[in-house]
Amino acid sequence: MNKKFVLGIYDDEDVLLTAIENVRAAGTKIYEVFSPYPVHGIDDVLGIKRSRLPIAAFFFGLFGTSFALWMQIWMLGFDWPMIIGGKPHIALPSFIPVTFELTVLCAAHGMVITFFIVTKLKPSTKVPVFDKRSTDDKFVMAIEVKDGVTDLAALNDLLRTNGAIEVNQKEVLK
Amino acid sequence: MTEERLIISRKTNNKFFLMIAIGVVLLIVGIIAMAMGWGGEHHAVDAAHGEAAAHEPATWVKRLYVNLWLNNVYFSGIALIGVFFVAVQYVAYAGWSVLIKRIPEALGYYLPIGGAVMLIVFLLGGHDIFHWTHDYLYDVNDPRFDPIINGKKPYLNFAFFLIRMVVYFALWILFFNWLRRNSIAEDLQGGTNYYHKSIRISAMFLVVFGVTSSMSAWDWVLSIDTHWFSTMFGWYVFASWWVSGLAAITLTVIILKQNGYLKMVNANHLHDLGKFCFAFSIFWTYIWFSQFMLYWYANIPEEVIYFTERLSGYDGKYLGIFFANLVINFAFPFLVLMTRDAKRQMIMLKLVTIAILFGHWLDFYLMMMPATMRGDAGFGFIEVGTALVFLGVFLFTFAKGLSKASLVPVNHPFLEESIHHHV
Repeated sequence: MNKKFVLGIYDDEDVLLTAIENVRAAGTKIYEVFSPYPVHGIDDVLGIKRSRLPIAAFFFGLFGTSFALWMQIWMLGFDWPMIIGGKPHIALPSFIPVTFELTVLCAAHGMVITFFIVTKLKPSTKVPVFDKRSTDDKFVMAIEVKDGVTDLAALNDLLRTNGAIEVNQKEVLK
Repeated sequence: MTEERLIISRKTNNKFFLMIAIGVVLLIVGIIAMAMGWGGEHHAVDAAHGEAAAHEPATWVKRLYVNLWLNNVYFSGIALIGVFFVAVQYVAYAGWSVLIKRIPEALGYYLPIGGAVMLIVFLLGGHDIFHWTHDYLYDVNDPRFDPIINGKKPYLNFAFFLIRMVVYFALWILFFNWLRRNSIAEDLQGGTNYYHKSIRISAMFLVVFGVTSSMSAWDWVLSIDTHWFSTMFGWYVFASWWVSGLAAITLTVIILKQNGYLKMVNANHLHDLGKFCFAFSIFWTYIWFSQFMLYWYANIPEEVIYFTERLSGYDGKYLGIFFANLVINFAFPFLVLMTRDAKRQMIMLKLVTIAILFGHWLDFYLMMMPATMRGDAGFGFIEVGTALVFLGVFLFTFAKGLSKASLVPVNHPFLEESIHHHV
């Protein structure tokens, strides 16, 4: 299905940030903003909430720690006890390096996999390019057009008065 | 940019003096109590040991010297870290830290005092702290001759030790003054000249620091356990100093901010300082573990004795401190500072930095006491008193240093960047 978008093109970071604030204040829902580089403070003005990924990471890490400790204690302490270097079967200090590595491994992989699942990114995902210049020196604000609801002329005015150097329309195959 | 002058009121200074006074009183009480043998617990224990406890019970003189040494090494380290922090920021072309730069800078004002105290305590109490300073160890005809210590003589001898100590402090004070002078001149004159010059000075200092911080750790801490050796030790002491220094900087920023200073410092700067405290608490643990695990695993008597003394030695006297060290310096900061919000809130940071500062004092306690005070170490009036005296003197010099210049380095080229710092 095709979707129509109005694209406001900006060439200044600060103008863009104020524009986002004003456009949102006017009650217009912004679909996405494309920038050639990360812009400080853009998450706040776009109203994007902080990711909860770190919380997931903590529990993945906790899982890694418990799994590693359980695995080593069970293997070396109960399943197949061996005397190594005259140490007790359950010799905690020697378990720490493996525990550390598994904590990091689980936290890292858990985070990446969670990220892919939450964002629904997969190898077949097609990401529409709205305007190629957003990879070079322009900022692109995309607003979805809902037929019969969106007042194109008013939107055009809103974007222009807030410093857009161009306002284009684009149809994207979603 | 507006200057911000710290005004140390008479009331604040009186608090520092009161701290020193209480410390002195506690010290005197502690010394009298020990000299008179009150609470004769030690003697009872020694009697029970009978022949096994061949050593004399430690006297109050020894206890005093060891405490002076412990606190002076700890506070001199924090002062040194102040200079190191500034140097690192310069060499890294860091912008975020400009607003808080005057705080680590002023930490260095303790260095001359630290040097003087170090010298005096070593000259007066060297025999009480360092086993290797006794001449009989090097005398082949003496029954107490020690071939191992004799082998270390080219490095561990009185003259060379003294020369090294003087050289470390001379270099540190030189670089501290040099950086500080440029920093203040920059306030008055402006321009980028002082900035570029400071980068060159800092680069030189980092080389000097890299060598002297490790060597001073061997000299002042490792050589107390004269027979023992650890290739990790320079790093271990550095990690302990560094994280306490970072905690001291963070705590000062918070206290100043809560008293209405450092208006432009915001949660973003605290966040970065918090990250430093968090990360280097883990770094310290990593060094601690690297040292511990290899010795524990290899279990070679002359190596593992260090940990045996601290775990099961002296009837497990140090066992509690040994684990408290890990809990306070690793588990607590690690768990509490893990979230972003904790690093951005003053109350959490304050809690953790105070814990870190106490924890690393304890860490130095654990490095020094078992080899000097052995079974007679304790937490009494002498420990608390000495620590209070040092804290009072340190805070007084630090606050005085802070008030000497504007808290905001008004002409630093990266000041604007620091004001708009955003994480």
